[in-house]
Amino acid sequence: MNDIFNKTWPDYDPGRYFCELTRHRADAGPVPGQLIERLGRIGLDVLRARARAAETELIDLGVTFTVYSDATAIDRILPFDCIPRVLTSREWALLERACIQRVAALNAFLGDIYGPGHIVKDGIIPAELVFGNSNYRPEMKDFPVPHGTYVHVCGIDIIRDEYGDFRVLEDNARTPSGVSYVIENRHLMLRTFPDLMAGIKLRPVDDYGRRLREAMTDIAPGGSDDPQVVLLSPGIYNSAYFEHVFLAREMGVPLVVGSDLVVENDRVYMRTISGLRQVHTIYRRLNDDFLDPEVFRPESALGVPGLIRAWKKGNVAIANAVGTGVADDKAVYAYMPRIIKYYLGEEALIQNVETHICREKEGLDFTLANLDKLVTKPVGESGGYGITVGPRASKEELDASRAAIVADPANWISQPMIGLSVAPTLCEDGVGPRHLDLRPFIITGKESWVLPGGLTRVAMKKGSLIVNSSQGGGSKDTWVLADDFQEGGAL
Amino acid sequence: MSQLRYENVLLARDAEGLFWMARYLERVENMARLIDVTQSFESPGFETDAWFGLIRINADEENFTKRGFSADATHVKRFYLLDRGNPTSIPANLEDARTNARTLRPLMSTEMWRQINVFQRFVSHITPEDLEGDALSRLCTQLKDGVQAHTGITEGTLYRDQGWYFYELGRLLERADQTTRMLDIKYTALLPRDGEEKRVADLTQWNAVLRAGAAYHAFKRQARASFSGEDVVQFLLRDPSSPRSALLCIRRAESHLDDLRRIYGLSRAGEAIEVAEYLRELLIEKPVSHILAIGLHDYLDVVQIHIQKLAGAIGRAFFRDWRPEEPEALQSQSQTQGPAEVVA
Repeated sequence: MNDIFNKTWPDYDPGRYFCELTRHRADAGPVPGQLIERLGRIGLDVLRARARAAETELIDLGVTFTVYSDATAIDRILPFDCIPRVLTSREWALLERACIQRVAALNAFLGDIYGPGHIVKDGIIPAELVFGNSNYRPEMKDFPVPHGTYVHVCGIDIIRDEYGDFRVLEDNARTPSGVSYVIENRHLMLRTFPDLMAGIKLRPVDDYGRRLREAMTDIAPGGSDDPQVVLLSPGIYNSAYFEHVFLAREMGVPLVVGSDLVVENDRVYMRTISGLRQVHTIYRRLNDDFLDPEVFRPESALGVPGLIRAWKKGNVAIANAVGTGVADDKAVYAYMPRIIKYYLGEEALIQNVETHICREKEGLDFTLANLDKLVTKPVGESGGYGITVGPRASKEELDASRAAIVADPANWISQPMIGLSVAPTLCEDGVGPRHLDLRPFIITGKESWVLPGGLTRVAMKKGSLIVNSSQGGGSKDTWVLADDFQEGGAL
Repeated sequence: MSQLRYENVLLARDAEGLFWMARYLERVENMARLIDVTQSFESPGFETDAWFGLIRINADEENFTKRGFSADATHVKRFYLLDRGNPTSIPANLEDARTNARTLRPLMSTEMWRQINVFQRFVSHITPEDLEGDALSRLCTQLKDGVQAHTGITEGTLYRDQGWYFYELGRLLERADQTTRMLDIKYTALLPRDGEEKRVADLTQWNAVLRAGAAYHAFKRQARASFSGEDVVQFLLRDPSSPRSALLCIRRAESHLDDLRRIYGLSRAGEAIEVAEYLRELLIEKPVSHILAIGLHDYLDVVQIHIQKLAGAIGRAFFRDWRPEEPEALQSQSQTQGPAEVVA
């Protein structure tokens, strides 16, 4: 394969990073070689022309997210890179099990902290991290949810380090988005690059809508074998509106906004042309705060007054449940390996990024001794505030960081700088290595199911580690090989 | 109910969205027709009159002045083809249609959505140069093509449940309304003339009116060799086969409402059906000569008021969370529940 690769892209150099296409993996079989060979045969010019056509198609189809700046709203497409990211069936088997494990632990944790609170009493996690957390919802206390599932849809951000080991970077247990791109990207590849995919067996991605609908049926209040499911969206001005439409269509359920719903006698109804019709399950893409002005933000016009009342009477199911934000918090993240062990009696199948908890003496000492090598993050903040990247910080910045940590150790964690894996990406000057991550999506009703692959986000800028779509990140089709070449002996 | 084919849910908001998406697109086509015809048949020396007729058809006099335009051909063209801030302009109507389409995206075919996206982008890129000379007629053709492509794709791909009926109702009501408006303005403009020379000039104008209503050739096949304005009024108002005649539109609307009641068990269609019946009677009961004698303008006013009443009755029955006590009547000329309502 190295021959093909060197011949095709002589200038491609992933450096010290793990390359997801050119690094040898026995269980990938001939696929990476085939792929590179085919890309070489298509040639850069044709690749570019097809990539442009593919982007035009995304614009025509309105596969866009909305960026708001000042008074203007711009529909942007998520830049699409046509060179797929390949996961072997063995890699996927690990990712899949690890995701299911993680969701099981998240649900057990939520059931516990909104119930008996054993994990706090047993001293595994400090009480103030849980009960003092701004995302902890006292309204949820002692309110059992069907099948013990709080996190019906979870997106787990996973990176791969220099050694090729997977690491969890973040759990998204509220209303994770991006799944529509996984499916749209695949369709786009099938239309635009059939010659690239010919004969390569991939795990399909188009079962997501059916699975999601099934989970929503699983959790509907009893009495109906064909419950009315709806998707609750903030509406067309939400940046993820395209995804809401996509999911409503894939599930075959109405897309509603808050004003379509009304609560009467503690039941939720939607307004149809023939009057009110009862709703049994709400897949909401609205944050907790906006759901019900009677309980949360009183000024919210996006929600439904009385919704929480109806929910607590058991007359409607809401997915994800209210109050899951306490579980995907940065501070709680650091405790996830222990949480997994506590509830499941297992080690985490995929580790966190190594995290030093400064509220603990050992973590604090290590952090202070290695400030110039670590990334330090305040736990209570979100959106990247207060982060110091040690290797890139000035002496003054490091001193300030030290002072802040010493003043309030409990507010800090630290992590090593991770060199995210790369994959060949079509750039202005040819094909170059770009950093990427992976967000698999896990659906849980009675049990968990993981969409094969997930969203691969790629930093389109050279050297950049930021894959977020709001900051110029793009995406790639994520291939999960159906064949295990090491086992099947196809080589 | 045994006649219910299947249980199918349609949100009241989506029914209203379909109704209005169709209306906005129909307005775009009608506007393009009027501009095209005004351009092709403007009488030398009377350009300003001819173009200002468009402003009057749309009752836009106040808005036109307020937005800083003055009564000449270039300004009228810009007002309707470039000025997004003018709610009756083609770009504004198309933007409104697309906004509705976004809310309706879960119900629409991918082909419909793609076409309206591409069409809207095309319209948003119209430049002042496109309004000059022979470019304008080409532009009007493209605009008509755009709406007709939409109509065709809809015919071929939109699922025909209740939603389709509301879409059709919107289109039919808007078309009937536009036909009566155009007739009203053109007829009034043509009236105060006499003498043979004027009559020939009038015939040219009547031809323009027929072309605007896509009725020129069909009319010629039907009409006497020497026709009068009365024949044109008769044709545009109540020809049973002309796709843009007011009568045909109202009859079809009536039949759709009846389907909603019969097939989907929507008994609340009753009030709207009554208004439609009345409107149909209004269109056929008196001979045109009689209407012209008592005054076409007043008559068309009554017709337009009843078209609004019909839209109002449909709105009250279906577009809101209906309860025993009714909210105030629906304004038929603008959308009540804009999607903007859901903004955070």
